[in-house]
Amino acid sequence: MRSGNGAEGRAGLGVMEEGVEHDHQELPSDPTLRVMALESLLVEKGFVDPAALDALIDTYEHKIGPRNGARIVARAWVDPEFKKRLLADAGAAITELGYACESREHLMVIENTPERHNLVVCTLCSCYPWPVLGLPPVWYKSAPYRSRAVIDPRGVLREFGLELDEAVEIRVWDSNSEMRYLVLPQRPEGSENMTEDELAALVCRDAMIGTAKVTLRGAAR
Amino acid sequence: MNGVHDMGGMHGMGPIAPEANEPVFHAPWEGRVFALNRATAALGKWNIDASRHSIERLPPADYLRMSYYEKWLAALVTRLEDSGLVTRAELDSGRAALESSKATPPLTADQVPATVAERGWFERPANEPPRFAITQAVRAKKVNPMGHTRLPRYARGAVGVINRIHGAHVFPDSNAHFRGERPQHLYSVRFAARELWGAEAAARDSVYIDLWESYLDPA
Repeated sequence: MRSGNGAEGRAGLGVMEEGVEHDHQELPSDPTLRVMALESLLVEKGFVDPAALDALIDTYEHKIGPRNGARIVARAWVDPEFKKRLLADAGAAITELGYACESREHLMVIENTPERHNLVVCTLCSCYPWPVLGLPPVWYKSAPYRSRAVIDPRGVLREFGLELDEAVEIRVWDSNSEMRYLVLPQRPEGSENMTEDELAALVCRDAMIGTAKVTLRGAAR
Repeated sequence: MNGVHDMGGMHGMGPIAPEANEPVFHAPWEGRVFALNRATAALGKWNIDASRHSIERLPPADYLRMSYYEKWLAALVTRLEDSGLVTRAELDSGRAALESSKATPPLTADQVPATVAERGWFERPANEPPRFAITQAVRAKKVNPMGHTRLPRYARGAVGVINRIHGAHVFPDSNAHFRGERPQHLYSVRFAARELWGAEAAARDSVYIDLWESYLDPA
């Protein structure tokens, strides 16, 4: 092992991956060590600033996530004029909410109705509306979801515990371009007297991807 | 390229396994890989399409075996080496070559909020009016390009209807190979599920795919 990191550091970081072959056997096989070695090289060459890496991680762990999307959904539920603008030009409409996205965004919002259900996937990679939902969950990026959402959306939804009536039309959106898609879920029955903030708290991430409905039980995922 | 990444419609990949209360990163190294990808993008040596293509070019068995951020790490190393930013000797030793000069990082911590807010904008002025109109029937071309493409295999040869015109967008098939942005009109095209998958699909279901003009013929 010939990395830029001290042997003590490696010893402290413990186990090596077992049973995995790598092209470059001389490199440490534990991803932690490989990434540390790469980062230290890129810092030494002046290509990256470690403080910028910290700031990026902090941003996506703590500042950008599905609460942004939930705010947009709640606003659309309580403000019909905003909803019209959102469905017509989501990229422009969400700038009204300021914090959700400070720049224009190639975003389309697609509305669920009693007769129609929308589901978003990226079959070719993992395209996902980061500014409004944060980074995608592992299942969204996984082969099972990417392969099946387009050919068997009803089976996929059943796996998420969502059984749709045969009469409901399903529209699957393959986000294979730079356009990003956010589902506007149906407002749950019984939420008529709730405030915008209370409504936002009900909206779970999966409902904005299309693998869940919003219920009064609130945002599980 | 007809790679394993183009997996729409494949069988046998197993159950979807949603994780309750999933963390953004499952280990600190995943966050570092994510951030290294974002920070090195600011060096301007590649674009988002080239990044995607570097992941697609991983050996198929590796692509399916590796976790998401393992793929990001492997592809980042490939791009760093292909672009000449680092050498194989530097990657192997973990140390900068003695003769190499030290750069100034293009992305600093105070620039991160603005960088995050400024997601790329991929629409470009159109040189020509759109060839197709909303509600027009189109057929996705039956083609098998060796390079990067965003025309999924499951749509090739199928007939759909233009749903929306997004404007002229950067063309990934050329941009991924550093052959220019060559913007083309981008269309949202609706394909009936039965057109794509046959008679067993639900009659009213459909799949919407964004397709660039040169992917399409009039139907």
